Amino acid sequence: MKGSIEVLKPGLMTTVQDLGRFGYQGYGMPVAGAMDSLALQIGNLLVGNARHEAALEITMAGPRLRFQSDTVIAITGAHLNPTVDGNPVTCWKSMRIQQGQVLDFGQPVEGLRAYVAIAGGIAVQPVMGSKSTYLKARVGGFHGRPLKRGDCLPIGTPRRSLDDLSGRWLSREECPRYPRQKKVRVVLGPQEDAFTEEGLRTFLTEVYEVTPQSDRMGYRLRGPKIQHRESADIISDAVAPGAVQVPADGQPIILMADRQTVGGYTVIGTVISVDLPWVAQAAPGTRLLFEAVSVDQAQALAVEREKLLRQLELAGA
Amino acid sequence: MSFNFQPLGDSALRIQVGDRIDPSVHQRVRVLCRQLENAKIPGVVEWIPTYCAVTVMYHPHQIGYQTLCRYVKELREEPVEDAASTVEVIHLPVIYGGDWGPDLISVAELNGLSMEEVIRIHSEKPYLVYMMGFVPGFPYLGGMSPKIAASRLAEPRPRIPAGSVGIAGIQTGVYPLETPGGWRLIGHTPVPLYDPDRERPILLEAGQYVKFDPVDEEGYRFVCEQVKNGSYQTKKSVCLQEEVES
Repeated sequence: MKGSIEVLKPGLMTTVQDLGRFGYQGYGMPVAGAMDSLALQIGNLLVGNARHEAALEITMAGPRLRFQSDTVIAITGAHLNPTVDGNPVTCWKSMRIQQGQVLDFGQPVEGLRAYVAIAGGIAVQPVMGSKSTYLKARVGGFHGRPLKRGDCLPIGTPRRSLDDLSGRWLSREECPRYPRQKKVRVVLGPQEDAFTEEGLRTFLTEVYEVTPQSDRMGYRLRGPKIQHRESADIISDAVAPGAVQVPADGQPIILMADRQTVGGYTVIGTVISVDLPWVAQAAPGTRLLFEAVSVDQAQALAVEREKLLRQLELAGA
Repeated sequence: MSFNFQPLGDSALRIQVGDRIDPSVHQRVRVLCRQLENAKIPGVVEWIPTYCAVTVMYHPHQIGYQTLCRYVKELREEPVEDAASTVEVIHLPVIYGGDWGPDLISVAELNGLSMEEVIRIHSEKPYLVYMMGFVPGFPYLGGMSPKIAASRLAEPRPRIPAGSVGIAGIQTGVYPLETPGGWRLIGHTPVPLYDPDRERPILLEAGQYVKFDPVDEEGYRFVCEQVKNGSYQTKKSVCLQEEVES
């Protein structure tokens, strides 16, 4: 039986996100999708969904949601003190929800973005092949916007019986942690030559702090100025997720899920894909220390990450 | 064709084919895109053509950086059909000036021209779509006459209606969505460049040409009506390459 979720309180910004909208970047359409793609995928696997299924992305201050039917959910990503009918909920674990129960969130403990994965996924119409909300173009997700009070979100059909899906969890050591200071690995380039040796050294040795001017599009960082040789501008070129742009002011910006497809600032390096979910969880004030790795090292880590997800997929099948 | 490969992190490969904004560099970008289209390299998700490069997005667990570079190098060996000697031109009806183009006056004044002359020069010949970006469906057009160039507004407008035709420096373009912006607005087209519910959500693509056709208020309203009831057919024509480049 299909069900729905009623939004009693929307929270700071709650959107529907899957793994993103691919195939249209050449036309200028951003990918969007979950900021923390790892937490989204694990959440989906815990409730028996396909890894790319859409879930709710919750930012800092969570929503209050009433389930209009029995279901199974899992909350992954940031620890935002979730409760069901007032009782604390274990994150990274799937649980049965009875019709009428209310999910609520409290003070954030660790991380910035939590994901509520629901067995059967969220039954919104895909736009250009994706259920992700891209706010700037008001497209995808639930009417192209964050959830509002009174919204009624349709949920899909679970792949298995609810009893089969509840009580799955990720072992404690596998659960990602979100410390307030961390090393972020980057592959340098493509414009590393646009910086002085001193500038490159600054980037790789100094600490950069996440500022409040950070959103789904990009994270503005603050720290010692990264020096260019000459110009900070390039002929507009494509950017990748995690690209670290450095405009003329020498303060880096990490491009995130809602990034534009092209940019005109020098890119000093790109955050490797396994470290990007952690960046997505970095609240303002978090301190980042960049470290250069080779593309081969980064890819070996990406392959490892994919293996882990495959194992979880098989274990839950 | 010589390529310069660079990684953009672990999931994107930048293939540089030139170092300036130029129709001949653009031609190489088009050829490379066609080769990628035909090659269907496993693990490749999509690619983004830009002024001087094509950036390929891929899954590192399906194909490694070095292997992908090798694949692309081998693309050169494949025979490629000659660059098309004809080009596709998409015509966009535009109403110039008035409330639709409040900055037409300042563009004329800055260049010591009459408004009619600005309109004539702006709508004279087709513009090459070098690439898409900025917002969904926004074409980066090349080839505008420097005679009608105009600096950006000192104070950007908080809201620019979708369909606005503008000038910034020697660039011209059309806003596909309502966004803030600092371009000088000279007119408006009723033809949507971006419509997520359309079968082809984005009207234009890199490699096409865009020609602005001036219309009067009656013509503008007629097109608006057709767009609204779904009967509007985009006007397309085919031109010889020499014609548009001269």
